[in-house]
Amino acid sequence: MRRKKMLWTGCLLLVFFIILAALVPILSPYPYSEQNASICNRYPSFSHWFGTDRFGRDLFTRTWCGVRLSLCIGLGSAMICGTFGVALGAVAGYFGGMADCLVMRAADVVDAIPSLLYVVLLTLVLGTNAWSMILGICVSGWVETARISRGEAMRLKSSEFVQAARLSGASSWHVIWHHLLPNAAGPLIVSLAFFVPRAIFTEAFLSFAGVGIAAPAASLGALVAEGQRQVRLYPGQMLYPAIVLCLLVMALHFIAAGLEEGTC
Amino acid sequence: MAGYAFKRVLVGVFSVFVLASAAFFLTRLMPGSPFETGNSLPLVQAEIEREYGLDKPLPEQYLQYLSNLLHGDLGISYKKPGVAVVDVISRAFPVTCKIGGLAVLCSLAAGTALGIWQAVTKKAAVYNGILFVTILGSGVLNFVWGSLFVWLFGVKWKLLPVVGADVWQGFLLPVATMAIYPTCVVTRLTRNGFKREMGEDYVVLARAKGLGKTRVLGVHVFKNACLPVLRYMGPAAAFLLTGSFVVESIFTIPGLGREFVNSIANRDYTLILGLTVFMGTIVIGLNLLTDLLCAWLSPATRAGMTGAGK
Repeated sequence: MRRKKMLWTGCLLLVFFIILAALVPILSPYPYSEQNASICNRYPSFSHWFGTDRFGRDLFTRTWCGVRLSLCIGLGSAMICGTFGVALGAVAGYFGGMADCLVMRAADVVDAIPSLLYVVLLTLVLGTNAWSMILGICVSGWVETARISRGEAMRLKSSEFVQAARLSGASSWHVIWHHLLPNAAGPLIVSLAFFVPRAIFTEAFLSFAGVGIAAPAASLGALVAEGQRQVRLYPGQMLYPAIVLCLLVMALHFIAAGLEEGTC
Repeated sequence: MAGYAFKRVLVGVFSVFVLASAAFFLTRLMPGSPFETGNSLPLVQAEIEREYGLDKPLPEQYLQYLSNLLHGDLGISYKKPGVAVVDVISRAFPVTCKIGGLAVLCSLAAGTALGIWQAVTKKAAVYNGILFVTILGSGVLNFVWGSLFVWLFGVKWKLLPVVGADVWQGFLLPVATMAIYPTCVVTRLTRNGFKREMGEDYVVLARAKGLGKTRVLGVHVFKNACLPVLRYMGPAAAFLLTGSFVVESIFTIPGLGREFVNSIANRDYTLILGLTVFMGTIVIGLNLLTDLLCAWLSPATRAGMTGAGK
């Protein structure tokens, strides 16, 4: 029962966040990168709900631009990693033998290296933008999904309905697509649901450290880092983006934990 | 077991090789020459590049780099002439190690204690309280904790130093920032382990034989419940090492993470390359160690080792 509540709380929060992230940057009278020297470091007011930063940029608009970026990176990389991971894992588990060995050894090697290092190196080569971030996260992100998908494929391939499908002449691809994957969907969705907050965390973490998305683009991590520099005078500049970021990550965690309880 | 260990070591060594190669080629792909300062003549630049061996064909550079790596030579910093990467590491690594090591110890102690407490308690308030704390602890990101600590303890209440780690008080906040997330994970793993093991038959048997509750929990259950915690130590080490990127920046500690972030800001390619390979190797090594230790400790694989059945 508690888990169901978690799932609903998470979903409601997420919907709320998505609506705000979609609408605020469009409807706001202040463009996210417009600097205005006459209104630097304002405290929250009716016209600037979260106040303004030291260049006079509206923090409310920037925060929701950051949420938009975080969601794009989180969902985008989850989708890409999901596709590759599921496909590779299913092929490895279903066919076994050489394919299995190749995919799993590659997974072992990729998994052994800390994933942040890939992201840092790739953003250095490709420039600090959302795409290089997503690519970097995906280099190692497919491993976990592939492992689960492989396990499920191995478990299911000897089951009677798969045997029946094969005996009635279905091709391997048909079996994988129509029989294995729908039955393996539960654990895969849970693992991807946990993947989204992790990807968002990676992006925010690196942007905070100054090696991720760079100004003037607004990333939640970079906003917290900017606020942290002025925390002695204007703690709000750090607190508001930090709270929004934490709520976003928590909402996604709640959804994942709720889904986990529902399927397992 | 021997076969597993051999395979596992092979994967580890190969991973280091892949990491070193990928890092090398990616740093070569990075845009711009590292010596572009804007005011040096092309001739001078070519001369500097020759000095560093950058004029040779890429395969030759690569082989040279690999052989240097085998001798433990990571090259010389591009931006600070005369400073060897190995020297930077040998100065910064002990600092990071100290903070990371303390964080591991703290999270192990606090995490197991909280986890056991949560598993054995009969009070719903305690159970839910600890659950809430762990959700909060793992949901709020470590750099947010760090920034929050700086603001609360350093600015608002002025209780603790927030710059550098020269005195012991300086260690408190960075270690706490680092330890929060691993503590929550250890708590969850211990709690799940204990709850699973406490329902097993051998626990009932040990209790029925008249063993005290403390002894059963502390010895019999503990041994079996802690394997997942041990398995987590490899990922935890990786988390702490990369966590040092932000924690050391927040608290201005001259450790490995700060060097890494600075080297990226300075586009100091040899330093980036050297630190990447070094940190990656450490994490790969620790993962390898914990995997082997877990395999050795787990009864299932040990049985296979002595041939007592599969």
